[in-house]
Amino acid sequence: MGLREYVVRRIFQLVITYWAFITLLFVLFRAAPGDPTSMFVMDGMDEESRQEIIADLGLDQPLYLQYVDYMGQLLSGSFGVSFRYREPVWDVLVIKFWNTIFLMGAAVICAYVIGVLAGALLGWWRGKRAERVGIVAGLMARSSPEFWTSIIVLSVFAFWLGWLPSGGMRSIGAEMAPSFSARYLSTDFVYHLVLPVMAATIYYMATPLLLMRNTMLDVLKADFIEIKKAEGLSELTILYKHAARNSILPVVTMAAIVTGTAMGGSLVIETVFNWPGMGREMVEAINYNDYPMAMGAFFLMGSVVIIMNFVADLLYVYLDPRVEYK
Amino acid sequence: MSRETQGIDSMASDDGATERIRALAVRTWRTFVDVFEGDRMGQIGLALLLIFALMGMFGPWITPHDPTEINRDDDGSALRLEAPSTDHYFGTTNMGRDVFSQVIVGARASLIVGTIAALIAVTIGTNIGLISAYYGGWTEDVLMRITDIAYALPFLPFVIVLVFLLGPSIWSIIIVIALLLWRSTARVVRSQVLSHKERPYVESARAVGASDLRIMYLHILPNVLPLAFLYAAFSVAWAVIAEANVSFLGFGDPTMISWGQMLFEAYTADAIRFAWWWVVPPGVSIMLLVMAAFFIGRTLERVTNPELRHAE
Repeated sequence: MGLREYVVRRIFQLVITYWAFITLLFVLFRAAPGDPTSMFVMDGMDEESRQEIIADLGLDQPLYLQYVDYMGQLLSGSFGVSFRYREPVWDVLVIKFWNTIFLMGAAVICAYVIGVLAGALLGWWRGKRAERVGIVAGLMARSSPEFWTSIIVLSVFAFWLGWLPSGGMRSIGAEMAPSFSARYLSTDFVYHLVLPVMAATIYYMATPLLLMRNTMLDVLKADFIEIKKAEGLSELTILYKHAARNSILPVVTMAAIVTGTAMGGSLVIETVFNWPGMGREMVEAINYNDYPMAMGAFFLMGSVVIIMNFVADLLYVYLDPRVEYK
Repeated sequence: MSRETQGIDSMASDDGATERIRALAVRTWRTFVDVFEGDRMGQIGLALLLIFALMGMFGPWITPHDPTEINRDDDGSALRLEAPSTDHYFGTTNMGRDVFSQVIVGARASLIVGTIAALIAVTIGTNIGLISAYYGGWTEDVLMRITDIAYALPFLPFVIVLVFLLGPSIWSIIIVIALLLWRSTARVVRSQVLSHKERPYVESARAVGASDLRIMYLHILPNVLPLAFLYAAFSVAWAVIAEANVSFLGFGDPTMISWGQMLFEAYTADAIRFAWWWVVPPGVSIMLLVMAAFFIGRTLERVTNPELRHAE
């Protein structure tokens, strides 16, 4: 099977996965046991407005018509109207989506850079005391759920040292900049970004760190490393230019899974740091029974994960010419 | 010789079954000792796990106070947010409840979710991996597409939505976590079975007419079991973290005290700024329990991957 055929097949799989994901969302949110109005709509509503909402959502239609309707809506980019904000879900989510992407994107990138570099070093230090300390530290980071790391980071840098703000995305009184770039390039934004990114990085870097160290062990035994040593290259050059490069493949494929974890982690980290993103919105939407909003947030998070899985698969065949397409 | 051992001996002479079970137990114990001998981290993991298991089993009987009781001063006012003292080792919460007792009782929720969810997930995952790799063809296609879809779902949002729909109880948390957790086991077991499927021992079993079920579960499965155990240890760690996250976001079982829920209460009471005695014990407990699972996992990893065994 050639590369082109592999890519076509992978795109076909992507479509199937997406369809299954969207259908699952429908099953979860629409066909859930019980009457959705009693479960999702806020209390204190009279019968008339209840019927209105049922008609509005098309819940009086047979299930298959609802499903067709729902698919059509999604394809036209509509997620419905939020119960809580009384605004289209998309309008509320589009800003929060980018807030989350900037936060978690920065965290995943930091986690990968630090994790890969430090993991390579741990492999190099095999058998030394420093390796053991590094592994225990990595396992400790991976064993602390995001909210616990967040609380520690918050206590140290915000409450104790007072260096960084304890939450939010911009200082009190600061206006939200109208343009996209002004909003995310301001120093005030970066100032508020540091702590949540740090908390997330500590948790997410453990996976690339430990994986990188494991694959390095195999590569460092290879003959070409000995040859490079004999050539008289410096340790750092051998380590990062030759050995690390050859161990990076499994770490790259892991990126999709780390992104998935990060999407979920945004729920917790954004809650702790009062970050106005998609994750916190989702938690609040569930607490307020705002199910179009919860569904929209879930849809966007799942989309990011599905697309990252796809990109990681393509990257894998691109990076490894030996791979068999199957 | 005690009467009990005499009993076993006489039974063993009746049929070989007991003898075989005993031999298996001895062999399992030897493997266990072999695996953990000389591995400090694995031993620490086992010791931590044992401590938490005892806390989980006997928690309600060894706490100095009733964890839900509102402790009061001599004049009857509630002891709110008291710093640690000899009476309350870890101080009290904003409701005047004893933190130390809550931490002990909280071990149970984590352990129940961790072990049962991991067990279900690994059982499902091992079977899916085994069946899809062994049969191949469209069976494999369908099962692996389902696995892909499971990978497409963001874990925590999925768990929270489903726990919300099913109602906040420890059983719905377990089921929902297991519903996604099997995916990693399925993938690794499948790739391992793929390499075993072509080996001579499978061919010879087939040649003497062994059935598919027999080959799968009697011949191949024992060879992938170490890997399944490894993923069981990882799954325990992930399940404990997931339960803590769900509880921290306020969707935990309201009838049970858990560490995540304690931190949720401390956070919503705005006590994390100063009440370190309320925050540190549950947080450290979660970390240590998950670390125990990862330490044990690392030890098992060296069994499944002998490459890692040297020079450690």
